[in-house]
Amino acid sequence: MTPQEIHARLTERFGDAIGPWTEPERGDPHIAVAPGSLHAVCAFLRDDPELKFDYLQLISGVDWTDRLSSVYHLMSLSHGHGVVLRVDLERGNPRVASVADLWPTADWHEREAWDLLGIVYEGHPGLRRILLPEDWEGHPLRKDYAAPAAYHGVTNA
Amino acid sequence: MSANPPASPPRTAEQMLREAITDPRELTRYLSYLDRIKSEGMGTSVMVAPLEAAINWARANSLWPLTFGLACCAIEMMAVGASRFDLDRFGAGAFRPTPRQADLMIVAGTVTHKMAPRVMRLYEQIPEPKFVMAMGACTIGGGPYVKHGYHVVKGIDRIVPVDIYVPGCPPRPEALLDALFKLQARIGSDRPLAARWSKRAENELTGSARP
Amino acid sequence: MTLLTAPRPDTLRTEELLVNMGPQHPSTHGVLRLVVRTDGEIVREAWPQIGFLHRCFEKVAESVTYAQVTPYCDRMDYLASMNNGLAWCLAVERLGGIEVPERAAYLRVMMAELNRIASHLLAFGTYALDLGAFTPFLYGFRERELILSIFEKISGGRLLYHYPRLGGVARDLTPELAGEIRAFIAQMRRAWPEYNELLSENQIFIKRTANVGVIPAAMAVAYGLTGPCLRGSGVKFDLRRAKPYSLYERFDFDIPVGEGIKGEVGDCWDRYWVRMREIIESLRIIEQALDGLPEGEIQTKVSRTLKLPAGEVYVPCENPRGESGYYLISDGKTSPLRVKARGPSFNNLSITHALVRDVLIADVVAIVGSIDIVLGEVDR
Ligand code: SF4
Repeated sequence: MTPQEIHARLTERFGDAIGPWTEPERGDPHIAVAPGSLHAVCAFLRDDPELKFDYLQLISGVDWTDRLSSVYHLMSLSHGHGVVLRVDLERGNPRVASVADLWPTADWHEREAWDLLGIVYEGHPGLRRILLPEDWEGHPLRKDYAAPAAYHGVTNA
Repeated sequence: MSANPPASPPRTAEQMLREAITDPRELTRYLSYLDRIKSEGMGTSVMVAPLEAAINWARANSLWPLTFGLACCAIEMMAVGASRFDLDRFGAGAFRPTPRQADLMIVAGTVTHKMAPRVMRLYEQIPEPKFVMAMGACTIGGGPYVKHGYHVVKGIDRIVPVDIYVPGCPPRPEALLDALFKLQARIGSDRPLAARWSKRAENELTGSARP
Repeated sequence: MTLLTAPRPDTLRTEELLVNMGPQHPSTHGVLRLVVRTDGEIVREAWPQIGFLHRCFEKVAESVTYAQVTPYCDRMDYLASMNNGLAWCLAVERLGGIEVPERAAYLRVMMAELNRIASHLLAFGTYALDLGAFTPFLYGFRERELILSIFEKISGGRLLYHYPRLGGVARDLTPELAGEIRAFIAQMRRAWPEYNELLSENQIFIKRTANVGVIPAAMAVAYGLTGPCLRGSGVKFDLRRAKPYSLYERFDFDIPVGEGIKGEVGDCWDRYWVRMREIIESLRIIEQALDGLPEGEIQTKVSRTLKLPAGEVYVPCENPRGESGYYLISDGKTSPLRVKARGPSFNNLSITHALVRDVLIADVVAIVGSIDIVLGEVDR
């Protein structure tokens, strides 16, 4: 199925929770999903026999300076098609449901997005920092992040 | 290729004994040992050298590096230990998995803030005498990550004392070998029995990082 | 003197211990730390701790130009720097609509496959080293050095090449070098059976790896495993075939999968064996690329301060370790708005906790080694 057909299936099923289809001039299209419906949409994508997205490639957090997003690249090994989902989140309070129960691989990806961008994945089995040390301050991939002058006595300048 | 200092003209064992030993009774005794060895036909197998030179010779030619790789540079370090470059030829190929048996720490790769305490710990666990080689741009000063790498330590000399720097990203194996020769030559001019070592130990006890 | 009396079973006490393996450990392939809960020789559970090599790639990529990102990509999976550079260039080229000359695409394929072999050879050597055999390491490096000298002649670097450039490649192939590559292919074909005699068919090696760390296919997919780890579990999925890039659709090659020859499908030996067979397949691809190498340009003109149109793109590539790609978002400026690197090792390693359950300590080494991680792309 093409991403547009998948978009049509999702709209038919979830209505307003799915954003309108836009075909980009260049690059990959994506489907916007309302944060509240993300988990249901993902479960549907994974379990529907015609869609069968069994493989989560990656989850990426993005900082657009006015909002954050969590982006999901999905692929179906059995059907060979793929789709990109994006949920837009408030910058002040970025919360979205975790999909680690659907695809275990999401566990580490979500921890990374929390670590580097501060996105909270609700229902995640253990949302801790993964790359940076536990006592690190701030989320470095936020656009307004400033590197610390020193960490534990080792200067950075 | 070797940077060893030029050898002074050879002196006989007897000459060296006469210079080194002032007490005439002692001298007679040592000379009699020498005579006995010569009379038994082993004269050519005796070498007399200052103890420090002997110690340095042994140290410089059996540097045991710590098995310790951090990033890309570590792969080149492995290549130096493997088939084509064969670090073993220079007595430095016995990679030890534990710091307690090693005396050379080749820091090969990027040191991050999360790793820094571990690097310090490893350094502390190596018994004296110990030598540190900073391999690659990252360990020298942060390398390609110096500007935007918020999590990269900008040079390991901020956390451990460094004996020799090997530039490159990654340094070629030949560069690492050259650094080894330089280090060996430097060890050759060390005064292991002089107060220097106790000074260094004292510095470490009082917590100043550089000797 | 209770110590001297023979312990009675009802007073015997055993205790579970939390032990750290790494970040400096001879068999963790870099700065991986495994926290293991042991009960005697048995490891009950293992938690990988990563981030000791977090070099802030994604932040760096947001701060430099598109062309300047390429060498940083080389340093992600530093054992497959050709493949990584290629993945980045493909992403930028697709978003920017940059055409790559056919000759350059062929050269990219050739170098990517040579790098795959070099990477698998290193995996072969270090895996044997992990399991206590030193000789295969020396053999693996012997052939690897031949590849490195080819790379050195075409790119100037031994480990990190910066060879694929936006819109093409850095240097052209000379006839002498083509001859050298052919000589390497012949040498590799000669050496391959030697490798198998030395390690693949070695009884100790088989005992250590067969039926150890079995990953069922469904589990492999759920954890996002790719590359030899996924194929070792019997799933025939290879991005070079499933989503061909850089003209891979023109090449004929097989996709080796785990068949459970020495034990169950998806055990450590299967993953190892998939890598070994991929070496042969890569040789076939290189030969075809040499035979069919078209004449022409090797580089299209690309501005140094390239500006990409606003948009996003993700081009997955089959690296020696699995799916690698760069999710690139542009907002029309000279540097990207966001680059997220997907490293196969990151995903492959995430299965460790689920996989290492009630196994011997020695098996932990065998399992982690068979996943073949590179910390550069785990921590980025
Ligand atoms: S100096 Fe270069 S090759 Fe060495 S670790 Fe740093 S980035 Fe890698």
